[in-house]
Amino acid sequence: MNASMNAGAIHARQSTVRQWQPSRGKVGMVCLIAAESCIFLTFVVAYLFYIGKSATGPQPKDVIEMPLVIVNTIALLSSSFTVVMAVKALERKASRAFLGWLGVTIALGLWFIGGTAWEWKGLMEEDGLYLGTNLFGTTFYSLVGLHLLHVVVGLTMLGLVLILGALGFVRGKHAHAFDMLSWYWHFVDAVWIVVFTTVYVIGR
Amino acid sequence: MSTRTLFCFSILVIACILECAQCTFDVGSDTVVCAPETAAINAGDLNIFHPASPPAREIRELAWLVLGICAVIFVIVEGVLVWAIIRYRKRMADAGEPVQVFGSNPIELAWTVIPTIIVFVLALATLRTIREVQLTEPPEGSLHVDVIGHQWWWEFRLPTLNGEGTIITANELIVPVGRPIWLSLHSADVIHSWWVPRMNGKTDVIPNHINHTWFQADMPGIFLGQCAEYCGTQHANMLIRVHAVPTAEFEAWCVAQSLPPSLLTESETTAHSGRDLFLELACMNCHAIDGVSNGAFGPNLTHLMSRTTIGAGAAILNPQTLRAWVDDPQNLKVGCNMPSLKLDPNQLDSIVAYLLTLK
Amino acid sequence: MTTVDQTTAVPDEVRRTFGARVHAWVVSVDHKRLGMMYVGFGLCFFIVGGIEAALMRAQLAQAAGKIVDPATFNQLFTMHGTTMVFLVGMPILLGMGNYLIPLMVGARDMAFPRLNAFGLWLFVFGAGLLYYSYIGAQGLYGTSAAPDVGWFAYAPLTSKTFSPGNSTDYWILGIMVSGFGSITTAINLVATILVMRCPGMTLMRMPLLCWMMLIVGMLVILAIPVLTGAQAMLLLDRFLGAHFFDTQNGGSALLWQHLFWFFGHPEVYILVLPAFGFLNEVIPVFSRKVIFGYSLMVAATVAIAFISVSVWAHHMFSVGMSPEINSFFAATTFLIAIPTGIKIFTWMGTMIGGKIRFETPMLCATAFIGLFTFGGLTGIMLAVVPFDWQLGDSYFVVGHFHYVLFGGTVFGIFSGIFYWFPKATGRLLSETLGKWFFWFLLVGFNLTFFPMHISGILGMPRRIYMYQPDRGLEIWNLLSSIGVIFQGVAVALFVWNVIRSLRNGKPAGNNPWNAWTLEWATSSPPPDWNFDQVPTVGSARPLWDQQNPQDPDSRHEEHL
Repeated sequence: MNASMNAGAIHARQSTVRQWQPSRGKVGMVCLIAAESCIFLTFVVAYLFYIGKSATGPQPKDVIEMPLVIVNTIALLSSSFTVVMAVKALERKASRAFLGWLGVTIALGLWFIGGTAWEWKGLMEEDGLYLGTNLFGTTFYSLVGLHLLHVVVGLTMLGLVLILGALGFVRGKHAHAFDMLSWYWHFVDAVWIVVFTTVYVIGR
Repeated sequence: MSTRTLFCFSILVIACILECAQCTFDVGSDTVVCAPETAAINAGDLNIFHPASPPAREIRELAWLVLGICAVIFVIVEGVLVWAIIRYRKRMADAGEPVQVFGSNPIELAWTVIPTIIVFVLALATLRTIREVQLTEPPEGSLHVDVIGHQWWWEFRLPTLNGEGTIITANELIVPVGRPIWLSLHSADVIHSWWVPRMNGKTDVIPNHINHTWFQADMPGIFLGQCAEYCGTQHANMLIRVHAVPTAEFEAWCVAQSLPPSLLTESETTAHSGRDLFLELACMNCHAIDGVSNGAFGPNLTHLMSRTTIGAGAAILNPQTLRAWVDDPQNLKVGCNMPSLKLDPNQLDSIVAYLLTLK
Repeated sequence: MTTVDQTTAVPDEVRRTFGARVHAWVVSVDHKRLGMMYVGFGLCFFIVGGIEAALMRAQLAQAAGKIVDPATFNQLFTMHGTTMVFLVGMPILLGMGNYLIPLMVGARDMAFPRLNAFGLWLFVFGAGLLYYSYIGAQGLYGTSAAPDVGWFAYAPLTSKTFSPGNSTDYWILGIMVSGFGSITTAINLVATILVMRCPGMTLMRMPLLCWMMLIVGMLVILAIPVLTGAQAMLLLDRFLGAHFFDTQNGGSALLWQHLFWFFGHPEVYILVLPAFGFLNEVIPVFSRKVIFGYSLMVAATVAIAFISVSVWAHHMFSVGMSPEINSFFAATTFLIAIPTGIKIFTWMGTMIGGKIRFETPMLCATAFIGLFTFGGLTGIMLAVVPFDWQLGDSYFVVGHFHYVLFGGTVFGIFSGIFYWFPKATGRLLSETLGKWFFWFLLVGFNLTFFPMHISGILGMPRRIYMYQPDRGLEIWNLLSSIGVIFQGVAVALFVWNVIRSLRNGKPAGNNPWNAWTLEWATSSPPPDWNFDQVPTVGSARPLWDQQNPQDPDSRHEEHL
């Protein structure tokens, strides 16, 4: 081949067509969320498939306590709002406000975990519902547990940002990266709406 | 090559393919006979193109249509491919690049629309046959049989002639010719699949999920089949024998099967001790014998010797194979669920003598 | 100039110690090295899976064969299927995507290079875990044993009751871990294709392989997590006493099938779309013509992706679904034949009117068209529900999907390997050995897999370790087994070809095939940074435009 044919020489007619090229982080995060959604979909399908099929053991309408769950839900959903405030604060380089909103977000997440732990303790100790008790136990703990796992992962990452932020490493230029993390957190919240609808509205 | 030669050639090739297929699959449909006396007891004809039952015949009719359409498409596509290879291969004298053709709307439209029409036709034919083969209600006057798949044998339960009792047997299903047989498929453990190719297509046998299928033997004969869904170690030796017999013979069989095993006479001392051993050892935990034991894990042995094979077709049933089987089933069927009981020769003689009385 | 001078490049490699060279590969985040490692590991497992297949064929060469015992045979087909799908098809195809996509879109590397390395090593770890079962797992009888539940691992055979020991857990975890690897690679491919394209390369100016890889990436992202989820449920069942697939406690055996095939059918397209992509590059270059109907090809691919997520239950026609549901899945399955047919016609339309050079890549690509057409037509037969009740789970199905996945994917992979080997190594593979390889493989392939259709029609179910004599099956099985010998010779020729060419193959030059896409614009092998200058393109065939300035493709863009 002619040695002059190298990449630098390819200057064909300059493109006039506008190219659609989103940011790498956004595409990556959207893909990750899509993959995660499919895992959730699997468990939601299993939950819906087994509604009312438990022959023995506690049934959902007997053991689920709505007030507790609603408080948990409010806590988790409001954390979506606070994380947006944190992103906004970071974008305008208000680091104290950023750390404050981030702290509130983490606190709300922890509240959710604590509330769920409380709920599970009641279900196990009072109602004797475990993973292996019946199909309700199997699908309930695995679906809610899978979501809880995601809350824990999200909180771990938010916690890391909080620590790094408190040490002064998180600056305005990280706003985009933190925004992507907030997308993940919004996803965890949005999934909760699906889980809530499945378990506490349809399944009850 | 002109278009016309190509066309004639295609027709010729299609005709040849169909003719060959017809020869391979159809000739000899009634020459293959199962001879239970030979070593090749499980030999025989399982060709899906040799139906002996209405649903299998429906499927064959559809299959020929589909094969025909596919053969035509195959010959045309491969023909054009071969033509393109020969006609457009690069020749020595060729220089420069060929004309660049970026596409053609009419051609692209054509090869989108024509396949659409073909699959539409196929879909209509398919839907019609599904309706005819897959019944959701038992056909009128049918004999109801419960089929229970076990790792790795089949249990059959059918009503006695007066309809009050149940005949329980294994691996060999005796049915009357010309009467629809309605099967309810249950599984005791994992997924199996019921497939007797000359009777009907396969239907899975799924735990916790009862399926139904049906067939109607047109003629007397033995129709072989086997489990078609992988179900563990001995999936290969989970054979089915459907034995279609004239109605009178079927009724006689039903009567014989409804009776309890004949009582042992005083002189049959070996059989007596064999019966005692059957009750003392683990046998009775798994095997039922009318009036003797109630085990449900293995095949019902009440009329064991009325069957022609043992181990779901693993061997012919005769005194020698029966003895070998009781001695160590793992020799004849590696990995099956019946353990070797490590009997001494005397015990073995007694048990075999007892089992041989179960006619 | 970017042409690498081989005489100076080679001693540089030799000077370093073996340990240092291995270290450089292990810590690399370069998409080219990662891609080559994917392909290398995949080819090794191709040989392993091939040996497993050869053992099975040896057992089945005669009726009531006694070469392996039933338990071993069941492990062999489980491992063969799992290996070929997850450890051969996926890594080689995703690996070639990994190697080629940044070069084809004119990028420096993938969008997330470190994630890329992470994905590769997850795959390697998962594969190692699966194969460690041969040494470390406890099987049915407490002996060390590989998984023996079949590659689709139907519940409840996989439950603790019917599969005690932990060989099934090795299957679950090995596939799960390598599945995470595939997901990260897919995310990377999608992000690279959407984000990293060089100036001028709009989506409709991408090489078609990039389109195929984009769609495959999306399908992986949608399909693999469903398998992962189902496997997580199975783990909960096996370790924590959950009842998802526990039929003795109300669980459903069919839920597993639905979830598995919701993954499993898109997986088939994941395995074949990249091979379509290779053909889309090879056929135009060797026919010396532009692809006939670029946009219809793109549309067909997108259509396949959409339809492929609505056909899964055609693997389940015999489970007793209602006639309505059976009809629905038959209809969607027929529907997917249309875009697949369009692809076949497009390739032939490209060949017609060209000046076709039959070098090894093109031979493999042509064989692909012929064999895949056959596999597609038997696929249509299987979509005819009543016909499927007879043919499903028989050897006919085994023949069918080998025509699709071997005649299609594997021939496509070899076409791609012969085509891009010079780019990746700077050396040409031997044409003579290549042609011998091709003909041995083609003859062996047909000898092995065509008779399987007939065995199936004669009533031979799949996955049986022995068949009864005198059912008319002997001759067809013997032919199948003989074919393996030819395929073995072909693979040996290929390995020898690779070794020989790496040592002293003909130097390839930048563009040995006179091809038109960007990867051929840089040196062979490309430098670490891929391109000295970020290229700018004006059409889907930038090198054509450069060679034929009087008639650039951009003039014809309205046709695209």
